[in-house]
Parts: sequence; structure tokens; C-alpha cells
Amino acid sequence: MSISFTLNGKSVSTAAGPVRRLAHVLRDDLGQTGTKVGCDAGDCGACTVLLDGEQVCACMVPVAQADGRDVVTVEGLASSDGRLTDLQRAFHEYGAAQCGICTPGMLMAAADLFKRNGTPSEEDILDAMGGVLCRCTGYRKIVDAVKHVVQPNSVDFTNPEAGAAMGARALKTDGLQKLDGTEIYGADRAPADALWLRTVRSPHASATFTLGDFSALHAKHPGLVRVFTAADVTGKNGYGVYPQVKDQPAFADGEVRFKGETVVALVGSHDAVYGIRDEEVPIHYELRAPIFGFDAALAEDAHRIHENHEQNILAHGYVKKGEAADAMKGADVVVEDSFATGFVEHAYIEPEAGWARRVGDRLEMTVSTQAPYMDRDEVASILGIANEDVRIIPTACGGGFGGKLDLGVHPALAVAAWHLNRPVRCTWNRIESMAASTKRHPSRITARYGCTKDGDLVAYEMTGDFNTGAYVSWGLTVKDRVPVHATGPYFVPHVEAKTRAVFTNETPAGAFRGFGIPQAAIAHDTLMDMMAETIGMDPLEFRLRNAIRKGQETATGQRLDYSAGLDQCLEALRAPWQKARAAADDFNAKSDGVKRRGVGVGCMWYGCGNTSLSNPSTMQVGLAPDGTVTLYSGAQDIGQGTNTTMVQVAADGLGIRMDQVKLVWGDTDLTEDAGKSSASRQAYVSGRAAMMAGEDLRAQILRLANVGDDADIEFGAGKLVVRDGDAVREIDLSELPADKKEGNVLLGQATFDPPATMLDELGQGDPYGTYGFGAQVAEVEVDTELGTVKVLHVWAAHDVGAAINPLQVEGQIHGGVAQGLGLALMEEYFPGRTENLHDYLIPTFGDVPPIDVYLIEDPEPTGPYGAKGIGEPALIPTPPAIFGAIYHATGVRMKRAPATPDRVRAAILAAKGGKS
Amino acid sequence: MSSYLRPTELDEALRALSGGGLTIVAGGTDFYPAHVGKPVDEDILDVTAIRGLRGIEKREDHWFVGATTTWTDLVRADLPGWFRSWKMAACEVGGVQIQNAGTMVGNVCNASPAADGTPCLVAMDASVRLASLAGERDVPVAEFVTGNRRTTRRPDEMVLGLVVPDIETDATSTFLKLGARKYLVISIAMIAAILEPAADGTVGRCRIAVGSCSEVARRLPDLEAALAGRKIEKGLADIVTGDHLAVLSPIDDVRGTGDYRRDAALTLVRRALAELTDI
Repeated sequence: MSISFTLNGKSVSTAAGPVRRLAHVLRDDLGQTGTKVGCDAGDCGACTVLLDGEQVCACMVPVAQADGRDVVTVEGLASSDGRLTDLQRAFHEYGAAQCGICTPGMLMAAADLFKRNGTPSEEDILDAMGGVLCRCTGYRKIVDAVKHVVQPNSVDFTNPEAGAAMGARALKTDGLQKLDGTEIYGADRAPADALWLRTVRSPHASATFTLGDFSALHAKHPGLVRVFTAADVTGKNGYGVYPQVKDQPAFADGEVRFKGETVVALVGSHDAVYGIRDEEVPIHYELRAPIFGFDAALAEDAHRIHENHEQNILAHGYVKKGEAADAMKGADVVVEDSFATGFVEHAYIEPEAGWARRVGDRLEMTVSTQAPYMDRDEVASILGIANEDVRIIPTACGGGFGGKLDLGVHPALAVAAWHLNRPVRCTWNRIESMAASTKRHPSRITARYGCTKDGDLVAYEMTGDFNTGAYVSWGLTVKDRVPVHATGPYFVPHVEAKTRAVFTNETPAGAFRGFGIPQAAIAHDTLMDMMAETIGMDPLEFRLRNAIRKGQETATGQRLDYSAGLDQCLEALRAPWQKARAAADDFNAKSDGVKRRGVGVGCMWYGCGNTSLSNPSTMQVGLAPDGTVTLYSGAQDIGQGTNTTMVQVAADGLGIRMDQVKLVWGDTDLTEDAGKSSASRQAYVSGRAAMMAGEDLRAQILRLANVGDDADIEFGAGKLVVRDGDAVREIDLSELPADKKEGNVLLGQATFDPPATMLDELGQGDPYGTYGFGAQVAEVEVDTELGTVKVLHVWAAHDVGAAINPLQVEGQIHGGVAQGLGLALMEEYFPGRTENLHDYLIPTFGDVPPIDVYLIEDPEPTGPYGAKGIGEPALIPTPPAIFGAIYHATGVRMKRAPATPDRVRAAILAAKGGKS
Repeated sequence: MSSYLRPTELDEALRALSGGGLTIVAGGTDFYPAHVGKPVDEDILDVTAIRGLRGIEKREDHWFVGATTTWTDLVRADLPGWFRSWKMAACEVGGVQIQNAGTMVGNVCNASPAADGTPCLVAMDASVRLASLAGERDVPVAEFVTGNRRTTRRPDEMVLGLVVPDIETDATSTFLKLGARKYLVISIAMIAAILEPAADGTVGRCRIAVGSCSEVARRLPDLEAALAGRKIEKGLADIVTGDHLAVLSPIDDVRGTGDYRRDAALTLVRRALAELTDI
């Protein structure tokens, strides 16, 4: 039976089974991969298409229901000559697409709106688009873009002249393909003959197991080609992000330590591997009592989750400066409290996906990732081959936030493709993405802060436990980063901070935007509020008084010589803070007490780059015989915009217009190692390398022309014209030997590794080359009877050193605020219980308020043109600002994140001394 | 391998159902989320092509809402004012994508304790009309849904539509939903309330149902009785006490504790009443 419908104006027919999801038929059978699949459950809206002119989730439409009807996808929006609609152009110009994975759904929802309503209000826009989730943008730029179509504003973006790219609101170099459905993500392409791989995961959190005979499975499912197990791993059956720690098995080997762990992989035809139920696979588990939570893990009689770790403690972190305990005795005011946070899920809208093939004795993997080079080395280790014999070709990454730093689909894909010598593809569904990928570490922190009655900080003492789940992942980084940053961005003479990373039988906790600092910030900044209140000082002024400034030393004894702009951030926020505080007080005075408003402030700092570890980036800029300039960038764009910012700084380093630079990115065979897109390091570290690579090429050209440093270079087809005063030199590029990389005649190259030193046993040293600083003010309205909290406005001031691209920086801040809001109010992942995007809640269109951004530029001399990182800093101050606002509104201190309605209401009732 | 039947005639559907063992699919908005990572191996009856099942019409003393009528159809329909609570619920079901595909009948048949439409139907004293080769029967929604994912539909039956008794007075209604975010949120608690004033300005009848606070949305009979005959005026909502909600049996889950649900439901009931009586 053939099903026929109109797709983007053309008749199509398919022999697909009638119950197949329309989204999958569009993608897999009809090759229209502009429609994205984020959840297969109607929770994310990424697959939104128009069916007879009405928006629907194509993941929930049986293709039979499309028969005879009209389907429009993102590929059908632009005109046939490729001209974008006003809506698509507005998305481009407003930075409404970051990673771009939700963009097709956003565009289709907006198209549906405009079909019915040519002049929608903001509320109409939110209602019409509220069914699509975005994890990058915080939605506000999307709302602005849609509003622009209704009422065009002058758009403040530029196509900068040569030498003027730094600081320009330049449009994304890879922006257009995110708007017309042509961008390629992990699940979008694979060879037609690729086999499919599906992982069978442990349904138990703690068990030993044996594998049975698979012959019956093969007999029943002839399309099943092979079942891969731990026995098929030719190299090391273990991986992990640290060179010395490879504890997470590619395939569990007789023991599983968390629910969702990979046990075996089924490889075969699509219908075969997806037609097999997990229960059919002969895996025989012997259960044992799982260890959930800190108390169970640290109990005397707890079994060891890893034999070599006593008491289930992975490691301790420690920073000691001065004598905190003694100094605390001299403080006029000491406040102490305990704080807790839960697992938080990255919830990128693109689940993990990719494909692999063996090419001779090499393995090639095309995959969505944040860390191509780390992937390369990890895959090589699992296969037992040389690093150079693995090639990682990253696709566009549909969101990462730390969750695509660890391996995902890679181990099983690599092993399968290596053995079968056939291409193999794999796309995780939402449930396995949530069950198997890393999370933010749950924390419990107890801390004491002391100050003088005049408001000078005296000492800070903190102990914190961080639940790293079943495997190490980034647990060592978290336990180290937290003590370094424990005090918050303040000058504190005496500090003692201790952390432990603890194993449990829960989902591995890894990297998530901030590496433990957001958890620590809730503690330090709530205590800051408590001290300010005790001594009767304005919370913002108290922070400003204690803001760490140039010339002062951090808790690790690192003296900040440059770029420490927290004081400027707070000064920028003073006026909106005072106005909002007064307005809230006024509102409350007139309120009946049910709805109450409050305004809070939070501060942050964050070391850019790896902690006390070398993390170099190498960038190259080539000049071809035909005059083409190519930036070879290994810095992976995960939506944050490195494909644009790297071009900006490299172009300025060379002295060429951005749009004259061709970009080759990510591919480990074509680019050098630029490290991971993590630790807010790409703009700072890779940006510096890209700038210097551009400068290196420029210097080579000037040497070749034998002219001075101030000469102008004109880049023409096949030639360069170099002018130095009256001297004019023309260089015919075809006369130069094309003996550099990829047939280039010249190749600029530079490596930058931020200056850092090791920490000693007391945690003293200079762990980072620079720090990002920021402060945010949040205004909330609390429904005191229901415990619901609505954030009304956020003012965000961040010292970014120098904004390479203010449009991108604003996007990072908006997105960080949205994720911080989620952490503060709604996001908590419970392993096994919230493995979907309707039980696990992230902010929607209606939850993120207007955000005013204040860019503070206190230049960092080691960064490119003064720039440093913003990706993680943007999230960190939001939760404490919101918690402070809840306190201002209600008098209730929230000490556990998220502050869900039931917890807020319980706290309000407890403060009243009982039930109402 | 599953079979897929998409008849255009009701007879064909009922004949197919008479053999039992079919899974009925309409908008697909509950069916597909239940199949993430799981093969579809059920035999499917897709009812969306059956003639005459879509639309809302007045029939003598009731309104009939066909089985394939979507939430969006409801929102766009020209209906008496007291349908407001159900329309408000319709706007809170998922995103517009879900409202365009999902059906009210499917929402009832899926029998989730958090089904947004069910409190409205229970408050409206609506019934489901079931059909099989043996004939038709009407069952009140409050009896049709017997628990979490359980209904009294027999395997040989399908729901033809919803029967909503007409209200002849100028009744007003409202719907309040509590969730932890603005859109795409599963209810922590929700209230549907319909107020029918008597000619003398007192409460003729006030029907109130609470969802997400028991396995099945529950009416509040004690409160309804207490309200009947009282003057409609500001402050009427103050008579509501926790005792009126004793019929609820809220549970702890990831969205909130049972205690919180009971407490929040009390607030929501008061607010719903205040909205309808602060005139």
C-alpha cells in the first residue's frame, strides 16, 4: 500500500508502513532531514511541520494520516530560488538560532502563527510557539526575531570591514544552513548501506550478569547481523576523560553499576534491531542492592562500587589559605548553613548520534560532539590502534553544554564498524540519551562565612560532597574546581574548602556548564545575603565592597593583575537593582500578601580553561595559490558560535574581511587539536591561537614582500598586493611552491596554552590564565499560596574581557540565564523516573523573562584582543539571584535546588510555624 | 508484525473491533510517546478517517462531541459560555501541535490521572458514548475512567464521542491548572468549576472537579452541597475548607508531594470559586 501526499508543493509517495512516524518517513525514506527528532514524544516540538496548514509534531503522526494531505517542512519555507523568508532572515539577524537543532521546529510554529495572525502580540507569539523547546537561546532572541517580522526594527548587525571584525555583531558564518534545513547533525546522514546499531542497556542500577547464547535471537531476527559485547573490544574496554582514568567500560563486562549502562549492542537492519525487545536478549542479571545518594555510599557497610576506592570516595579536593577556623573566631558575624542540589540533565534537543566506518586500518567516525580530538584518542584506545588512525569528523552539534564531552555513541559504533568493516550508524532516543549521558553533580554543601560589622569578609569554610555517579567522568575536575571558587568572587583573607567526589549507583555525573561552581555559588551567595542582612548592609553594596579586585589574591594565592571586572558589573547593576528593589517593596506594600515580589543579586567567577593543566589550542590559517584564505579550526562549534568568533579573530589577525575567510572546522584529519569546547576556553584559548595564526600568516607575507610591520595587504585572486608607504609589491601566488597543508602556499600557525601552575597540597597556585566575572539581578513574583515562582526580569552584567561578537555573547548570557533559571526552579533528574522531557522540565517560552545584558570589558591581555570566556559564567549567578529574590519576596530562604512549587510552599508554611 | 486498519465507515471499524485485540489510535499524542524505543507490534485501528466522527453539535438536550474532534476544534468552536473551562483546558494541553492532533476522546480513553480534559468532563457530567456491534451505551466519564490508565471500555467497543448535557441558564465556568512551568506541563493539580446561578442570585448549582489529586478526577460533593442556595457574592469562596477536599487521595511524585497537592488544590478551588463569584 502506497501513501501519497504533497510535500513542500510536490507529490511524493512512500511504501513506508502506515504506523511509522511521519518525522521518520520524512527523514529516513524521503531524505528530508530538515525536520529534526528530539524526543519522539511531542515534548520538544523540534519535529514540528505543517499538516494541512496546521502545526503538528511529525513524530506523532502515523504516516497513514498524511495520505492525501499537504505537508510543509522547513525545506519548503524558502522560495525555490533559495531566497529566505522574512522570518528566516530575522532569525539569522537576531541570533535566534544557536545550535540550530530546534530552529526548524521554531520556524514552522511561527509560520503556523503567521498563517492565522499577521499581527501577533507577544502573548500570541508565546502561545503559538510554546510547544517548541530551545535549550540554547533562552527564547528571547527568537521572540525578538518573530516580532521583527511583525514590525521591522533596524537591526544592529554588521558585515565588518577588514580589521574591524573584533567586537562586531557579525552574523554566524554557519547561520544560513541552520535556517533552511540543510545543516547536518549527527543523525542526518549516513551511507545508504549503513547497518543500524541499538544499545541494550541495563535495567538495573547494580547487578552482575552473564550473557547467554545469541543463536536463538539470530534465528528469530534474520536481519540481526551481530551482537557486540565486551569480548569484542580489541583495545582497552574502558574510557574516561582523564588520560590516567579509563573506568567506564565500552560494554559492561559482567557487572553493571547504573541503570542505563551499555551491556550489548545489536547491529543489523533498522527493522531488525528496532524490532527486538530488550527482554528477548539473553542477559541474566544477579541483582544487588544499589547505592543511591551520599549517605548510602558513605555508610560503613556500603559495598565498594569500584574496588580501588575505599568508602566509595573517588577523591578529595582541598584549598587552604590562611587559618580560616582561627580567623572565624575574630569575625563579628558568622553565618552558616547547608545547601543541596540534585542531578541536572543537559537536555540538548539533539540526542547523541553518528556513524562510523573502517577505512583500511583506520576508523572514521562522523559524530555530534564537543571534543573531536579527545574522541579520537578515546576511540583509538578502545580499538587498540594509534590515535592517528582514528579520524573524527564532527557534525554540527545540536547542543552540548558539557554532555557531549564524554563518549556517547562512539564506543559501540567504533567496535562494530571495526569488526564488520561496514558503515554502522546509531542514534540514541531521548530515553537512552537521558538515562546514559552524564549529569550535573548532585551536591550537599555546608559552609560558614564570617565578616566584620563594617562588612569586610574575614573567612570562609566549606565542605562539599559531589555525587559523581557510577563512573569518574569529570568528577576530579568538579572536586578541584569547587574549592578554588568556593568563596565566590570576593577577597577573603582566610579560606578552607574541602570537597569529596563520591561514587553511587546513579547516572555518571560529568561536565555541565560550570563544573560544580553553580552548586557552590548557591551556597556562597546565599551566605553573602545572610551576612549583609545581619549587618544591615544592602546586598549589592556588600558584594561590591568585597568584590575581588586587581592586585588581590584569590583563595589559591593567585594574584589578579588584569581583567577582574566584578566591581564594574555591580556598578552597572546598581541603578536597575535599586529601582527594582523599590518597585518590589512598593508592590508588596499594595499587595494582599498572596502575590509578593522580590529582587535578588548573585555574583560569580570562573576560571577559563582547564584547572592547573595544560590545555593548548593550535590553529592554522592557510593561503592557497588562488588566493583563498582558509582557517583550519579544531574548535568545535556547539551552538555558542566558535565557527564565527574564530573567523573574526583570525581575520583581524591577518587583516582580511571575515567573508574572505573559508572555514574548515573540526575534522581531526584537517585541523589541529584545539582542545574541547568546555571550561569556557574556546573564545579565550582557541581564540588567542586563531588570532596569532592570522598574525603569523600576515608576518610571513610581510617577510615575503620584504616590507615593514605596518604594510597593508590586499588579497586578490591568485595574488597579493602589499603596500608599505610608497612601496607596492605584488606577489603572484602561483609562483610559490604549494607545499604546505592542503596545497597552500603559506600556512600561518600558532599555539596558545594559557599560563597556569599546579596547585600544591594546600591548593595554592595559579590554576587559570584568567577568570570570567559576572553579576545578575533577578526580579521574581512568588505566589505564596501555591509556591510558584515567576521570574519577571533579569539584569545580567558580565566581564567578558572584550566581546569578540556582542550578538553571540548576548546569546550565551540569555541561554545561561535560562539554564540557571531551570536549575533554580524546576530541573531535577531522578534516575529511572524522569527520562523524558515531560517529567524532566526545562524552561519553556513562557518561563524566561526579558533579560537586560550589560557587557563589561576589562581586557585580559592573554586573550585574543582582550577576550575571555562567557559560556559557563552566564549560568552561575542566576540561581543565587533567584533564591535571593525569593527571600526578598517571602522571607523564606531556599536551600535546596530546584525550588519547586511544593518546596517553596513547604518553606513558606514552615516559616509560618505550621499549616495555614 | 502489526496490522494497520484505517476504515472510513464505522461499521467496518466495529466489525474489526469485534474480534478484539486492537489498539485504537486517533491523534497519536499518547500512543507514540508510549513507544519511544519500543517496537510497534500491536494491531492498530486508526479511527481518524471514519466519517461523521469529527465535530461538535447540539442535539436536543445535549451537545455531542465526536471522537476525532481535536482540542483545536473545541477551541475554535462557537459554543455557549459555560464551555469556557473545557476550552481553557484545551489551551493548556501540550503545545499547539498537540492541540491540533490530539482529541478529547483520546484524552479520556488514555485515562491519565493528569488528563487536563477529565475534570472538565466530570464537572459537566459528561458521558462517553460507546459503540460495538452489540449496540451503543452511554457511560458517565466519572464511571468510565476507573483508575490510572484504566477504563470500562470493552475490547470490542470504541468511543463514538462525548455527550455533554446542555445547561440552559447563563452558567459560567473556569479552569485552573497548576504546573511547574508555563507551557508543555503536566498538571500538579487542576480545577474545573461550573456555576449555574438561580434566578434569585443564589447558587443554583455549582459543580467542581479536581484533577491530578486522585487516580480519577473527583467532584467535591460536600462543597457543592454547601454552596447550593448561597448568595453569589464576593467572599463566597471563603467557605471552602480542607474537609471539602477529603475525597481526594493525592500521591507523592516527581511533580510534588501529596500534602502539597492537597494544599494547592484547596487554594485553587477557592480561586476558581472566587473568579466565578466575585461579581
